[in-house]
Amino acid sequence: MAIRLNVNGKPVSVDVPANMPLLWVLRDELEQCGTKFGCGAGLCGACTVHQDGVPVRSCVTPVSAVAGKSVTTIEGLSPNATHPLQQAWLEFDVPQCGYCQAGQIMTAAALLEKNPKPTDAEIDAAMDGNLCRCGTYIRIRKAIHRAAELTRAAKTNREE
Amino acid sequence: MKSTRRFFLQVSAGATGALILGGGIAQAQRPGRPGRPAGPAILPSAFIQIAPTGMVTLTAKNPEMGQGIKTALPMIIADELDLDWKMVTVVQADLNEAKYGSQSAGGSRSTPNNWDLLRRIGASGRLMLVTAAAQTWNVPAAELTTELGRVHHKASGRSVGYGELAAAAAALPPPDLNQVKLKDPKDYKLIGKSLPIVDLPAMVSGKPIYSIDFKLPGMLYAVYEKCPVFNGKAVSANLDEIKALPGIKTAFLVEGNGDISSLASGVAIVASKWWYANEARKKLKVEWNEGPNAAHSTAGYNAKAQELFAQKPGFSIRKDGDPEAALASAAKTVDAKYTFPFISHAQLEPGNCTAKFENGKLELWAPSQTPGRGLQMASQALGLPPADITVHQLRTGGGFGRRLANDYLVEAAWIAKQLPGTPVKLLWNREDDMRHDFYRPGGYQHMRGGVDAAGKLVAWHDHFVSFGEGDKFVSSSNIAPGEFPAQFVPNFGVEATLIPTGVPTGPLRAPRSNSLAWVIHSFIDELAHAAGKDPVQFRLDLLGEPRVVGKGMETYNAGRMRAVLESVAERSGWGKRTLPKGRGLGVGFHYSHSGYFAEVAEVSVDAQNRVKVHKVWAVGDVGSQIIHPSSAANQVEGAIIDGLSELMNQEITIAKGRTVQSNYHQHQAVRMRQAPPEIDVHFIKSDNPPTGLGEPPLPPLLPAVSNAIFAACGKRVRTLPLVKEGFRWA
Ligand code: FES
Ligand code: FES
Repeated sequence: MAIRLNVNGKPVSVDVPANMPLLWVLRDELEQCGTKFGCGAGLCGACTVHQDGVPVRSCVTPVSAVAGKSVTTIEGLSPNATHPLQQAWLEFDVPQCGYCQAGQIMTAAALLEKNPKPTDAEIDAAMDGNLCRCGTYIRIRKAIHRAAELTRAAKTNREE
Repeated sequence: MKSTRRFFLQVSAGATGALILGGGIAQAQRPGRPGRPAGPAILPSAFIQIAPTGMVTLTAKNPEMGQGIKTALPMIIADELDLDWKMVTVVQADLNEAKYGSQSAGGSRSTPNNWDLLRRIGASGRLMLVTAAAQTWNVPAAELTTELGRVHHKASGRSVGYGELAAAAAALPPPDLNQVKLKDPKDYKLIGKSLPIVDLPAMVSGKPIYSIDFKLPGMLYAVYEKCPVFNGKAVSANLDEIKALPGIKTAFLVEGNGDISSLASGVAIVASKWWYANEARKKLKVEWNEGPNAAHSTAGYNAKAQELFAQKPGFSIRKDGDPEAALASAAKTVDAKYTFPFISHAQLEPGNCTAKFENGKLELWAPSQTPGRGLQMASQALGLPPADITVHQLRTGGGFGRRLANDYLVEAAWIAKQLPGTPVKLLWNREDDMRHDFYRPGGYQHMRGGVDAAGKLVAWHDHFVSFGEGDKFVSSSNIAPGEFPAQFVPNFGVEATLIPTGVPTGPLRAPRSNSLAWVIHSFIDELAHAAGKDPVQFRLDLLGEPRVVGKGMETYNAGRMRAVLESVAERSGWGKRTLPKGRGLGVGFHYSHSGYFAEVAEVSVDAQNRVKVHKVWAVGDVGSQIIHPSSAANQVEGAIIDGLSELMNQEITIAKGRTVQSNYHQHQAVRMRQAPPEIDVHFIKSDNPPTGLGEPPLPPLLPAVSNAIFAACGKRVRTLPLVKEGFRWA
């Protein structure tokens, strides 16, 4: 049965079982491999994407649950990797192996959308589901603050 | 450092007139290893390509798993070559050890093994370009300088880009790599700078750069179900039922070759997409022959260890002086038993490999830390000549030692061989990865130590109950006879008794050190308190005068260790600050993988045993240069956080011969809110060749935090993980 959804602004239709997790639809049906497989059980956050702007773990989200919805993945976060988070990630050399970082960035992007000036505690709470096996947390936190700053600066510039 | 190796340089004109420079190590001068056949007389390689446009392609030879080597090694070449980093593209080498030399990543060896070679490669390239410019302009080479990919002649105000010189340079005879003049380190322009890291933009934008992302047209996906009991055999399975499931292309039994580090017995399921293959496992029914390991358990090992502690140790590892007599006459003694568990690597990208077998030839796309060994193992398991196997190296989502093994590679190769012409990607799920690891082995140490009336450590005895047969330790479970404080205590003994185990073991980041440092420095802390000494001062007294102790494998530079210890004490305000009740500082140091590290942790513990690590200070000495400071600090920060995970939560237990834990909820890693908000990383640059950084910062963290817990609340931790002692994160 064909399931329709919108991925990174494009309507797509996939012919897969309704219980196939969104993660595998993205990676193997739509060839969007930026979303990563870490645990398959909602425990690591490597597979985080946005469903209508809300971060979800795509490994435990059946594709049927996003039928008719909009999904954003790391590939669709910004054109040319220019999202303030992506810039801040480069500024602080956040990644080591980098495998968790798409998930980290997607969770952080949803946080900044809701909360443009998060405190350390708010960042820690929002990022709790995202594991970084390489232990880059201090840099992730710093980069989120920096991205928040960049976003506010851009906004002020636009308003001036 | 004087080079003890001879280098060879190969020059050839590449396509489109590019200069290709390469280097290798003359085989005749390579330190011989017994039992290894001599390779080809010379090992030519290709590391540098300069296009006529001036764009430079540098080859990164070693596997990249997050340690930053894909940036650091090319930086060494680029600095000697005086390149503009903006003009550099880095490409990952395929496996070709005849061409590039050893291509493994492990033991923090990538930097020390390549530091000399790659500087000489870069310097030779520069010399050839300078010579070409001198001939073109007809001026003495000595009047020429190089900068940012150009040769300059100050006197005449002329300059030319490397790209324009490439063709002429390629026609020149190659300089002798041994003779080539290297830069004075004070002139380094790139080494020591945090340049943009290769692949970072691709990572943050979700480009398919990892092994798991690699795809080929017409590729099928495989899962591989192994016996839950290590070394068990698949006898039969409901294959017909499995083959009829949606998306399944085929399913078959694999007998295996009796070596689980190569090819364990199991059931392969191949499907059009991975999820179908993994789903089919829910319906899979296998009859296993579990074999003798089904009787093994952690509870059994624990009981056995207590039994063995009561007996005479099995064999001696080291004996200096008379430990028993010294213990008997010591002013104060401490007697303590320490226990640490098996743990899993749990790198975030699960095991995987892509393989294609066609016309008798095998091609592999692999995330291995030891691709050369992987090729040999595939050759043996499949009965193919090594020459018919090609291995491409792919970036991997974490290694930590797990990918020193090549089981995923051999499994993928075997499965692909059953489907000639069809590429197959094998991907383990997390449960496979955690339940079929080569674990960091657990262990038990009965420690006895004594101090004299002046508070000096005079007696040390360790009865180490570890794993193995007779006096043969299983992988990564041994203690070296020179392990600290050997050579620093006059009456010193280490004896061991081994428990046979069927659980596969292997190196995990800072193998042996990651557990031994915890025991040794926790116990030293106990002795410091017994002696009524400050824990830092007690350790300084133990190290004694700055000097080099021992020879060969047992060389220990007490001066380098003193320096990092004194520095970390100073930076952390050791002994200078009054901390609130419930808060304390702890210290530890360790020498491993050629690196000296000392660390201090500031920790508080509340009435409910909730632990908060406020800050960690780390000081390291890994030689004269820190190639990429930002990456280097990142490695240290990561090692510290990794150490916290091992300390608080991680444990693999065995019941009925199988691993109990299956996923991250049962083998937890530190999350952001548990990580210390601040880590202070400092390097002492000593006059020693640069050495690796992936491992040495980890070991001191565990005792530093354990000792800080004692300082904070008076509870001495002797069993890991801490959750078993009733602690948890605040
Ligand atoms: S892969 Fe989805 S949470 Fe781990
Ligand atoms: S960078 Fe490796 S898991 Fe986060």
